[in-house]
Amino acid sequence: MRQVKPRAHSLAILSPRVFAWTKALIFVLCLGPLARLVIGAPLDLLGVNPVETIRRSTGTWTLVFVLATLSVTPLRRFTGWHWLARLRRMLGLYAFFYAVLHLISYVWLEQFFDGAAIVKDIVKRPFITIGFAAFVMMVPLAVTSTDAMVRRLGARNWIALHRLVYVLAICGVIHYWWLVKRDITQPAIYALVLALLLGFRAASAYRKRRA
Amino acid sequence: MLIKRAGDIRPSEITPYGVHLRRRDFVKAGLVALAGAAGLVAGGSLKAQSVPVKLAGVRKSGFSTLEQSNSYKDITSYNNYYEFGTEKSDPASYAQKLRTRPWTIAVEGEVKRPKTFGIEELLKLSLEERIYRMRCVEGWSMVIPWVGFEFKRLADQVEPTGKAKFVEFVTAVQPENMVGVRLPVLEWPYVEALRVDEAMHPLTLLAVGLYDEVLPKQNGAPIRLVVPWKYGFKSAKSIVRIRFVEKQPKTAWEKAASNEYGFYSNVNPEVDHPRWSQATERRIGQDGLFSPKRKTLMFNGYGDQVASLYTGMDLRKLF
Repeated sequence: MRQVKPRAHSLAILSPRVFAWTKALIFVLCLGPLARLVIGAPLDLLGVNPVETIRRSTGTWTLVFVLATLSVTPLRRFTGWHWLARLRRMLGLYAFFYAVLHLISYVWLEQFFDGAAIVKDIVKRPFITIGFAAFVMMVPLAVTSTDAMVRRLGARNWIALHRLVYVLAICGVIHYWWLVKRDITQPAIYALVLALLLGFRAASAYRKRRA
Repeated sequence: MLIKRAGDIRPSEITPYGVHLRRRDFVKAGLVALAGAAGLVAGGSLKAQSVPVKLAGVRKSGFSTLEQSNSYKDITSYNNYYEFGTEKSDPASYAQKLRTRPWTIAVEGEVKRPKTFGIEELLKLSLEERIYRMRCVEGWSMVIPWVGFEFKRLADQVEPTGKAKFVEFVTAVQPENMVGVRLPVLEWPYVEALRVDEAMHPLTLLAVGLYDEVLPKQNGAPIRLVVPWKYGFKSAKSIVRIRFVEKQPKTAWEKAASNEYGFYSNVNPEVDHPRWSQATERRIGQDGLFSPKRKTLMFNGYGDQVASLYTGMDLRKLF
């Protein structure tokens, strides 16, 4: 192994202006998957089964944003870019946003508001049960994402509540794993990334306790 | 500021060994892609690559549905053919590598006159168009104008014996041409089977064409089974061997998950897949984005013709 020479770089600290632009850019980029669906649907660019494309796309992007949210802390640790922490709320809310779209695609496009069929699905089909559970867990996290709510709950309670993200991330990956017919390559990739992100936290918690 | 240093890592150290060994193939593939792109620019369409061959003298059939057929594009760009990958778009992307000539089908087992048929011989049989509904176990459906002949016509030539109770269909494995068989997603070769009376039913078709043209590779060229009252996966593609047997064969999907995919796999809105409902389906290409799914029909709407095959059977148990 070659030694990595410490380099002075300007990315560790961003000026308020650069940060604001960075955040705005990421905000717009995160709308990309939605833009693809909204523009693609009328232009017939979503393939032969557009409903399936919408359902899958919103589902996978939910998982991507959940994992991105969970990547903030480890990335910060490894890079020293502490401003990343100030993007975490936005990433988390995007995860919720795509989860809402995913749920709408199921309730509307898939079941066409057939309440009985939806309830039956949630009760009878484990992959839907666990996916729905993951969504339900996201709701309080989204609701308490504002600064005012952090103050109201107090930092300690807020942090405890937001640990739910670990549980819902696991539920989300299981949801994907259980729905594929045979080839588990894709969900396995998400599971591996999630395992690394959770493993990082477990390792640092263990180290902290021993210290 | 990022200053590039002289490379002291050889490319072979970064590239996975298998990929490194095949590096020249990638260069070739790149050149082929470039040439292909040039061809596209020159005015050729993607369809032109596979040069559709017209089938002559195709008769119409009274067994055809009057429903609106799906477009050629729908039928050839959204396929399940796991030998070429598990994404619906994979077969259209990768199946062009399938080698379909020379092609023979060995028909053997409990028969008086086993015979190996060349595909040219079968293409000379009088062909008919059968427009059938196709219901996938995943909950979508299409209407497809197949061209082919009844399986029974082939079977009659080999004269099954009294011991022949089931018919097993073995499909092609070409590891050098099929990207999907490198993974053990299913047991290869893909094997399907029918009870002999199901196979001999006049609706059971061996298809060699689509829309009056030779069957596209992603749809199971050069010859495939079509059993319209069963879920799509029963209709084995690219068949190389047909065996008449006494004991019920184990099919590929039964081996993979017998609790989810039964031997019969008749379309049945009352028996759900363990993980999703089979009560409704989405008709590809015709049901709009915001229209509700349509009700799935018992035996995919072919009950009048085939229900008698199953009298006295508990279709919940024998799903």
